[in-house]
Amino acid sequence: MNHPIRVAIAALLCVGVAACAKKVKPTDKPTEPARSTHAEPAKGGKYTRDSLETDPCLRQRVVYFDFDKSEIKGEFQAQIACHAEYLRQFPDARVSLEGNADERGTREYNLGLGERRGNAVQSALVAAGAGSSQLNVVSYGEERPVCKEHGESCWSKNRRVEIVYTVK
Amino acid sequence: MRITTCLHWPATLLLALVAGAASAQGLTGDVPTIDIKDGKVSALPIIIVLFAAENAGLPPETDVADVVRMDLNRSGQFRALPKNDVVEFPSRGSEIKFPTWNLLKQAYITVGRVSDAGGGALRVEFELYDVARQERLFGLAITGQRSDLRSVAHQVADAIYEKILNVRGAFWTRVAYVTSTGVAPNLQYSLMVADSDGYNPQVVVRSREPLLSPAWSPDGKKLAYVSFERGDSAIYIQEIATGSRQLISNRKGINGAPAFSPDGSRLALTLSYVGNPEIFVMDLGSKALTRLTNHFAIDTEATWTPDGQSLIFTSDRSGKPQLYQVPATGGDAARVTFQGEYNARASISFDGNKIAMAQGSGNVYRIAVLDRSRGGGQVSSVSPGSVDESPSFAPNGSMLLYAATEGPKGVLYAVSADGRVRQRLVLADGDVREPAWGPFRQR
Repeated sequence: MNHPIRVAIAALLCVGVAACAKKVKPTDKPTEPARSTHAEPAKGGKYTRDSLETDPCLRQRVVYFDFDKSEIKGEFQAQIACHAEYLRQFPDARVSLEGNADERGTREYNLGLGERRGNAVQSALVAAGAGSSQLNVVSYGEERPVCKEHGESCWSKNRRVEIVYTVK
Repeated sequence: MRITTCLHWPATLLLALVAGAASAQGLTGDVPTIDIKDGKVSALPIIIVLFAAENAGLPPETDVADVVRMDLNRSGQFRALPKNDVVEFPSRGSEIKFPTWNLLKQAYITVGRVSDAGGGALRVEFELYDVARQERLFGLAITGQRSDLRSVAHQVADAIYEKILNVRGAFWTRVAYVTSTGVAPNLQYSLMVADSDGYNPQVVVRSREPLLSPAWSPDGKKLAYVSFERGDSAIYIQEIATGSRQLISNRKGINGAPAFSPDGSRLALTLSYVGNPEIFVMDLGSKALTRLTNHFAIDTEATWTPDGQSLIFTSDRSGKPQLYQVPATGGDAARVTFQGEYNARASISFDGNKIAMAQGSGNVYRIAVLDRSRGGGQVSSVSPGSVDESPSFAPNGSMLLYAATEGPKGVLYAVSADGRVRQRLVLADGDVREPAWGPFRQR
């Protein structure tokens, strides 16, 4: 089990470095990026651009919250850390953090609450290595529910911040 | 005890209304239902006799007496004798047989007639009598276009209301609200304006992105609102009649909760470009901003006191949302609400005595009214819950509109300020929310 995965990761790393090098040195002559791949192994980080679709951690893009709260729960720390790592690795990547609330309470207060949750995710991503200029917080309050029943099983799905990559 | 009265609309009237609706949306219910929570209290018994058509050409599509009856019932102050129980049809004071109505324990009777006033206009004349005294209280004639007979009927109801209760009627007013129709991702949001009873809906703004927080200008000609059409929130002011609009604020972060000052010269709003939501006041002439709050909490949903001297807003600076009051020039905010764990989105009655709010307790959110006129600050709830919000006082303070839910859909209710009489408004299809009761209209 272990061996093929390690090979796969190594393969991903190579692609990742190549992709990264291209961005960092856009004026290099066509022959040089290939050489730099060999010159700078592993330094580019663990992800490639494709990791957003393939990496189990990066594919998680929703952080859920308790009622009227904006603290990020422990179970979402790993998700925050891997997105922060991706953003650190790809400084041109851009993310919109879309804050949402459940239907309880008033619409304008919930706009504030959605923004507070978005800001909490933004701060956590920055603390973990993302650049603040890569992040933009938008609050939709209770206007964009994913579920419309009146009960906790539905409300808990709506109290969320969605991590949306606007530039991958 | 709860009595539910169902009033049936004639099919012809319904058809006319559906055809007259501005949008392609039909009307949800043909049966407006009035809930009267407590039958024993002293709503005034009144008879509205069918208004006779005299030389009116084609019979008018609107039954004036029906509209008046519904208006008076909805206020909670009157109990109009049901149409089917009105068995005599006098159209002039001289034709009223008072003993009949006295026997039925009726306090007041209105008789009237509709006649052709030329040029497509109709003249509605009516008289109000005190049944016990057999005394004429007043008479009035109102002329209006045939197509606008519901407006005339609302003015008749206003005149009766004012004569008997000595309080200006607010039936001839308009309400704004937001609807969403369709299924995600093809939702369509509309900012609507309708008569105070929900009839004659007109689309003011359509958008594929959320619209919220409509607020009337004091002259009733403009609406301020929040639109997400740019991806993030932005505040606009739009003239209802012409559709011309102005972008007021699209700063970074939240641009929300607009509220016109009583003189219409300033707009309170919530902006978060400073880092978190704070209350600002914009001078609409110069667009200059004055910041009223400075706190890391969420400060939002400001509304002006009627004297324009201060604003009441929602803040969770104490941990949970509560209402606070701050001078319009800025300064320290004083807490207003102390009962209930969640109090937000104030609407203030015209005399400043009553503050309606969305009050949350556990998972139940009701509309509550704080009465400050008796010093102590009595709070009573006027709606049953459980997801009620957005209270909005009528300009005479006698009634409130608020948003509730039925299954996955939002609906609007009108409730008397004492919470006794409640009616779901007949509105266009879709998810309806965020009612805002407009100001008095000028004849």
